[in-house]
Amino acid sequence: MTESDGYVLLALFLVPLGTSALLMAVPSRERALIMGLTGLSSLAMFAMAVYTFVSYSFVDGSQFEGVLAFDWMQNVGFLGENGIQLKVGIDGITASLVLLTGIVVVPGTWVSWKVQNRMKDFFILLYLVTAGVFGVFVLLDLFFWFLAYEVALLPMYQLIAVWGSTRKEYGGMKLMMMLMAGSIFIFTAIFALFTEVGAGTFDMEVLLNAEKSRDFQLVMFPLVAIGCGVLGAMFPFHSWSPDGHASAPTAVSMLHAGVLMKVGAFGVLRLGFQMMPEGGEFWGPALVVLGITAALYGAISALRQSDMKLLMGFSSVSHMGYVFVGLGVYNSIGWTGAVLQMTAHGLMTALFFLLIGGLYDQSHNRDLPNFSGMAKQMPIWTMLFLFAALASLGLPGLSGFIAELHIFIGAFRAYPIVGGLAVLTAAITTTYLMRAMAQSFFGEMNPRWNHLHEITMMERAGATMLAISILTLGLWPSPWIDRIGPSIVQIANL
Amino acid sequence: MTDILGNPLNMQYELLLPEIILALTALAVVFVDAFKREFNVGYRALPFLSLIGLGGAAVATVLLMNDQGDFARLVEVDDFTTFFRLLFISTTAVVILGSWEYIEEHVNHVGEFFGLLLLSTIGAIYMAAARDLLTAYLAIEVLSFSLYVMVSMARNDPRSGEAVLKYILLGGVASAMLLYGLSLLYGVAGSTQYSEIGEALTGGSGDMELALLLGFVMIVSGLAFKASAAPFHMWAPDAYEGAPWPVTAYIATTSKAATFALFLRWFAGPLLPAVDDWAWMLASLAVVTMVIGNLVALQQHNLKRLLAYSSIAQVGYLLMAVAALSTDKGSETAGALLVHLGGYLITNLVVFIAIIHFYNREQKEEITDLKGLAQSNPYLALVTTAGLFSLAGMPLLAGFFTKFILFQAVADAGYLWLVVVAVVASTVSLYYYLVVIKQMYLYEPLAEGRWRITPTGYLVTGALFVVMVVLGLWGTPLYEVADAAAKALFISA
Repeated sequence: MTESDGYVLLALFLVPLGTSALLMAVPSRERALIMGLTGLSSLAMFAMAVYTFVSYSFVDGSQFEGVLAFDWMQNVGFLGENGIQLKVGIDGITASLVLLTGIVVVPGTWVSWKVQNRMKDFFILLYLVTAGVFGVFVLLDLFFWFLAYEVALLPMYQLIAVWGSTRKEYGGMKLMMMLMAGSIFIFTAIFALFTEVGAGTFDMEVLLNAEKSRDFQLVMFPLVAIGCGVLGAMFPFHSWSPDGHASAPTAVSMLHAGVLMKVGAFGVLRLGFQMMPEGGEFWGPALVVLGITAALYGAISALRQSDMKLLMGFSSVSHMGYVFVGLGVYNSIGWTGAVLQMTAHGLMTALFFLLIGGLYDQSHNRDLPNFSGMAKQMPIWTMLFLFAALASLGLPGLSGFIAELHIFIGAFRAYPIVGGLAVLTAAITTTYLMRAMAQSFFGEMNPRWNHLHEITMMERAGATMLAISILTLGLWPSPWIDRIGPSIVQIANL
Repeated sequence: MTDILGNPLNMQYELLLPEIILALTALAVVFVDAFKREFNVGYRALPFLSLIGLGGAAVATVLLMNDQGDFARLVEVDDFTTFFRLLFISTTAVVILGSWEYIEEHVNHVGEFFGLLLLSTIGAIYMAAARDLLTAYLAIEVLSFSLYVMVSMARNDPRSGEAVLKYILLGGVASAMLLYGLSLLYGVAGSTQYSEIGEALTGGSGDMELALLLGFVMIVSGLAFKASAAPFHMWAPDAYEGAPWPVTAYIATTSKAATFALFLRWFAGPLLPAVDDWAWMLASLAVVTMVIGNLVALQQHNLKRLLAYSSIAQVGYLLMAVAALSTDKGSETAGALLVHLGGYLITNLVVFIAIIHFYNREQKEEITDLKGLAQSNPYLALVTTAGLFSLAGMPLLAGFFTKFILFQAVADAGYLWLVVVAVVASTVSLYYYLVVIKQMYLYEPLAEGRWRITPTGYLVTGALFVVMVVLGLWGTPLYEVADAAAKALFISA
């Protein structure tokens, strides 16, 4: 990557932000115009994300590529040289996460064109979230990083409370307050970090490489891990996640489970492990315990769910548990697995939520016991769902396998017992997914659902796109591993 | 010219030009109001005249920005004074511009109202500019007395009389305490001049320790009353509720800001040598204020009372910065306080002016009355929402940036534990702001149809909204100005 590619990184979050601002000026009755604008904007984001991913290659000895910085404010008050900058840059980890976001946002946009009620406002908020997510991945200044982090959370309340379903006000408020409570910890850690380093700058490169006392790291690491862990649905701070997902509209669930939860896990990696390695080493085992508990707990809870979205919510908690296990084992293969799992889970859970949304929009019901024999009524839908389920339970050849394999190996190396429990979790995952499939897809057709149609063309297109991505990652993971691996090794050596 | 002690006095009257213009305008407004019929002008002439006066004062401030110095050992004109002059003049102008329709409709004695508004601006400016305890005290009373009268001016609202009674009685007690504290301070230091007090305290208070401590208790309590810091906040919700809306806005902005200007002038200046004696008082006040303000706000159902408690909570954040003042990092802390003060003023004005226009239309002020505003007036709903989010410190808006700077500065000064309290408190605050936002966006309006606000309403709220967003993304100019003002504070001390 060259420095001029930094402008692409800049555009990654300025495009959705600009689209949001532009949409405000469009009259809300011009639906076609809104669709055109968002379609164009999402494709642009996709193209830029792919370009970023493809053009990134690891360069030995340099932490970030495509670094570009603009002065924002410096030498004023407590800020010194380069106090706050608008600074972008990526490493292998963020390159893959940027690609994930770019892939998920396109189908998210397509399925949202079905929204009838205040579609314009919906897209304004959705693209604010997208801008925030891209910002977290590419920004290298802690002030703006945190700003982007909050921008990604803030619109969630309105998105869920206005456009959601079932207990939407409760789910939205619970999600918002829990995530904001998580921000308290991050806020505190950032302030303490700035003071500890004492360089008068929020430049993450400086902060990452600065000396930090061991005591500081031991105290602050748990704050970051909890703060970001809340967003990553880390046990026991996960309880917003099933409720939030269950009440959120389709695209929001997709973006939230697919991407936003990864922001949390990424925060633990970047702000926790990378910023405070000694703290990470000390607290890693705790993270492993929480992670494996979440994996088991989520999977077991999912066995009992009848609401499809709640099922997926608990399944997400379980899968994110793997991520935290991978991070906590503190070896490079576990970390690589964690980052791969973020991508793999993001793609597959987005596909799940897209499909469930497609069904719910027609049936206004998503209770598993109410469905049976759907394979006859909606074959394409069933096939795609099956595909997602297979990816989720880690079938070789699909995305979940390669990610979980890395995590399992990493776990076995560090704590064999945890590795064993992780494999057990995978078995439980198979059980609840197979149970759900057997219940709803096969057997006698329930005549109540005779009026259901196959999902719309837009939904099919979006689902296909996600399915192809899952297949690519499963069959040809080397582009990801080539980018993630060296960056991870470099961090681990620091 | 010299005073009776032989100190040379600088009698450069042009240093006071902005306030002279304001005072003359105030007189002119009252005069024109009295002779409306003879001059053949309507009520509209009064806000217009006031705005011209404010504009003139602002121009004079900017033109004479580099003409600094003290006036007769009473008033100090430096960057700090200039900062607050511009801040107060523009706040008054915004209040007038944003609510002249309301004032015409719901306020008794319009002429006197505008006159008092201008006079109180002078009081507020001199609270920031004084360099002598007596000048400062007089300035406080000029501001307070104007406010007492203005609070009572709501037309046909019995709450107004109740509010002013509470306000004036408690305000009187506060003034008495403050004055007693100042006299104790004078007893210890032997002077009313800030610079001489500073010198006296640097040498240590000797065997006067207890008197000094008692003096600080009195001074801090008196100022806490004026700033409505808990547990001295009882008057604020009632005064807010009973006062006409523009006065409520004015108390929440100028009156608070002026008190903090005074806090800074005193505690970053002459009282800084005795920092160990008062820092703990202010730190504990800050904690109590943040906690009480935010928790009690959770239970409010009247918009004015909600905003009253929300502004009490904001006072808590600002008090942290005063408590964190120190000799080596003082100007950083003070600068951050000024940044947040600026952001807080703009944000609060956004919310207040937007709601004043809502009130102009609906004549209601319960939170539930905002139901469905997103459909009946999406613009106003957006502006109010942005303002409330900014008060909660949410990103892309001024509140995020200024709060971030403030908290970081306090953490830098070694008060991380205070910041933790503040961050928790400000997360709680998000809940009650969301409750208001929920009313606007989640429910259907009570009456059908869309409505508009007046053109000046669009102008003022739109401009403030833009400033709020720009500051959230690019707060550099505000920070630089505030930093210069804070540095001036330490040079003169």
